Amino acid sequence: MNKELLKKSQSLIALFLLCLVISVLSDKFLTTNNLWNVLRQISVNICISVGMTLIVLMAGIDLSVGSVLAFTSAVCAGLLKNGIAIQSLDLFIGFTVLGSVLSALIIGLMMGIFNGWVITKFSLPPFVATLAMLTIARGATMLYTQGIPISNLGSSFEFIGSGWLLGIPVPVWISTIMVLIVVFITKKTAFGRYIYAIGGNEKAAFLSGININNIKLAVYGIAGMMAAIGGVLVTSRLNSAQPNAGTSYELDSIAAVVIGGTSLSGGVGTVTGTVIGAVIIGVLNNGLVLLNVSPFWQQVVKGLVILLAVIIDKKSKK
Amino acid sequence: MLQAINISKSFPGVKALNAVNLSFYPSKVNAILGENGAGKSTLLKILTGVYTEYEGEIRLNESTVKFKTIKDAQKAGIAIIHQELNLIPTLSITENLFLGQEIYTKWGLLDSKKMNQKAEELLKKLQLNSSPTTLIQNLKVGEQQLIEIAKALLTDAQIILMDEPTSALSDKEIDNLHRIIHELKNEDKTIVYISHKMDELFQIADTYNVMRDGNSIDAGEMAQASEQDLIRKMVGREVKIEKKTATNFSNENILEVKNLNLKHPHITNKDQLKDISFNVKKGEILGIFGLMGAGRTELLETIFGMNPASMTGEITIDNQTVSLKSPKDAIQYGIAFATEDRKTEGLILGMSISSNISLTTLQTTQLLNESQEKSVAHDYIKQLGIKTPSESQLCVNLSGGNQQKVVLAKWLSTNPKVLLLDEPTRGIDINAKNEIYELIKKLTHEGKSIVVVSSEIPEILALSDRILVMSEGQMKATLLTSEANEDILLKYAI
Repeated sequence: MNKELLKKSQSLIALFLLCLVISVLSDKFLTTNNLWNVLRQISVNICISVGMTLIVLMAGIDLSVGSVLAFTSAVCAGLLKNGIAIQSLDLFIGFTVLGSVLSALIIGLMMGIFNGWVITKFSLPPFVATLAMLTIARGATMLYTQGIPISNLGSSFEFIGSGWLLGIPVPVWISTIMVLIVVFITKKTAFGRYIYAIGGNEKAAFLSGININNIKLAVYGIAGMMAAIGGVLVTSRLNSAQPNAGTSYELDSIAAVVIGGTSLSGGVGTVTGTVIGAVIIGVLNNGLVLLNVSPFWQQVVKGLVILLAVIIDKKSKK
Repeated sequence: MLQAINISKSFPGVKALNAVNLSFYPSKVNAILGENGAGKSTLLKILTGVYTEYEGEIRLNESTVKFKTIKDAQKAGIAIIHQELNLIPTLSITENLFLGQEIYTKWGLLDSKKMNQKAEELLKKLQLNSSPTTLIQNLKVGEQQLIEIAKALLTDAQIILMDEPTSALSDKEIDNLHRIIHELKNEDKTIVYISHKMDELFQIADTYNVMRDGNSIDAGEMAQASEQDLIRKMVGREVKIEKKTATNFSNENILEVKNLNLKHPHITNKDQLKDISFNVKKGEILGIFGLMGAGRTELLETIFGMNPASMTGEITIDNQTVSLKSPKDAIQYGIAFATEDRKTEGLILGMSISSNISLTTLQTTQLLNESQEKSVAHDYIKQLGIKTPSESQLCVNLSGGNQQKVVLAKWLSTNPKVLLLDEPTRGIDINAKNEIYELIKKLTHEGKSIVVVSSEIPEILALSDRILVMSEGQMKATLLTSEANEDILLKYAI
């Protein structure tokens, strides 16, 4: 029993040890300011990663989340700042903060559903389908922004990424609520059970009368929307939409999922594991910066930590 | 001679082998008999170097050997043909045969010509009419098995272990396999043969070793043994399978199939099913008998809505003509389908018993009610006699018989009108088999109709009220069980 508990909490122990080492090496780590900062920074990755977890649980993968983040970020900022102007009809539609955020989320959802549609309709490997979306969405972002950041979005919009509510940063509220929703989905709904079933054995799930295609559409849609939430957070935090936002975010989120103990072959894993994985990556990033490690070495260290985490996970499951 | 002397092996919580002693003689077929869980697989794994930690001693031709790896065992001349075949489907016959032992030219490149030549010789010996460049995925299961044997011959193995080699073969393929085994015997090789099929063992085996619960119970000459006696030793009680005599079905048609045709998925102008028509009455068990490739499984799959695009014909359930576009549709109309392969199609092995059972009855938008799931699972565990510590046990940890019972529970929970069963007792020990027979018969008393596909004649005769015989996608005969016997069934099936 104790052994089981140890296995379950090993990523938490790893996180604790990591914090311990960094706080010994740097006195700046364990300050309230820095800790809130870390949590605020990882809230974007957490949103993306919980969506990614659902996909990976189904034995899928989504490489497009970073580009979807960038596109929804650009659309959100563009609508808020410029609205839609159709000159031939002499028509102008302006957007409130809520309107532009909702539009971004809907577009993220649609892009995710498109991923799912291509994957199910044409039986494409998720790797290939979402790789295509990675390029398409990045290109669309460049087209929409013409490669120029969209900035100065107003202070009410800034509140989403930089504000505080009841003593806690708003992005932390948002990511926490998202985590709770997805945990609820995976643990308490038939839909969540189906995700595990499809990842565990798709054929058996199909023969049990589960509509596999619909579940996949929904899950890729959710992941797209989660990326869009990340997009809104990033845009608001910087008060600007950057055309190259979110580059290689898919890798950070896959890393969080894997460090959190979710199997890439599907069926096994938890959302809470992913959250711990994302926190480990965030703390590591923060610690390396505090310790003045060069950015080049940071990447090497991060890669080694991912390797180590997955090796330990694999060993302990044997 | 290969001997296992006082071999013991423990896993956490279980003693899999308890000082077993078995001897396998050259130029003989040495049978190992035992139910699932008797310790046969564990013993095979020790003999082939998969498990390296054990107590006791393996003696090969009077000298002690200790294998540290699978390669060690191979070098000592021991080859194993697994129940689940270990071939790479996308590579050719030759490439599979020579995997890891390729022949090179003097330039250090692969010598395909020489390898193909050697492969061809082997194929000829095994009477397999395929080119050595054929991909494994294009071979039938029986042919793939022969490739495994060819692999063993290529390494010049002196001892060949066969773990249920005929469980997926047609009678013709079994005959061919037996012929090859005879030849191997004449070449002084030692054959170790595991099978659940008694009649087959009496045909082919020279000696027997009975195992039960990790112990070696008895050994001797097959010629001096009786079937009843062996079964008693295996299960510790007498079990007899008899032809079904009592029937209790009504006149009401539950399932009617009319002029069912199914196109071949790859070959145009070829049908997998041709003009199949039959009906099943309420409370009736219809047996479908046929050899591999007769279209039995395809028939069940089509009725279950798995081939909506390539089928034509009419399916009527409860006097209502239905169009089934997916398994989901079929389930809604009261059809359930326990597939042949529990592991790849029946269960989500990494999930608990209760989650597997509820999978067929959940609605996508519904919240889970775990206490209710557990109580449903608990009821089925009791009702079907599933041996498990709790309903939260993962299915991967259950034995084959118990897994099959979970599959049945999963389908019974949908309260089906018609239950389709494809080889419901494949790879299951005799005890669990009889329990499943009893269960199936009991279901008909509750008014359920059952269609059971089986390649085992005793099973068909024991269960069915009527028997439909298929061959090459066509119906050859429909017989009452009272007028059927082994010879008649085989006559129509061939």
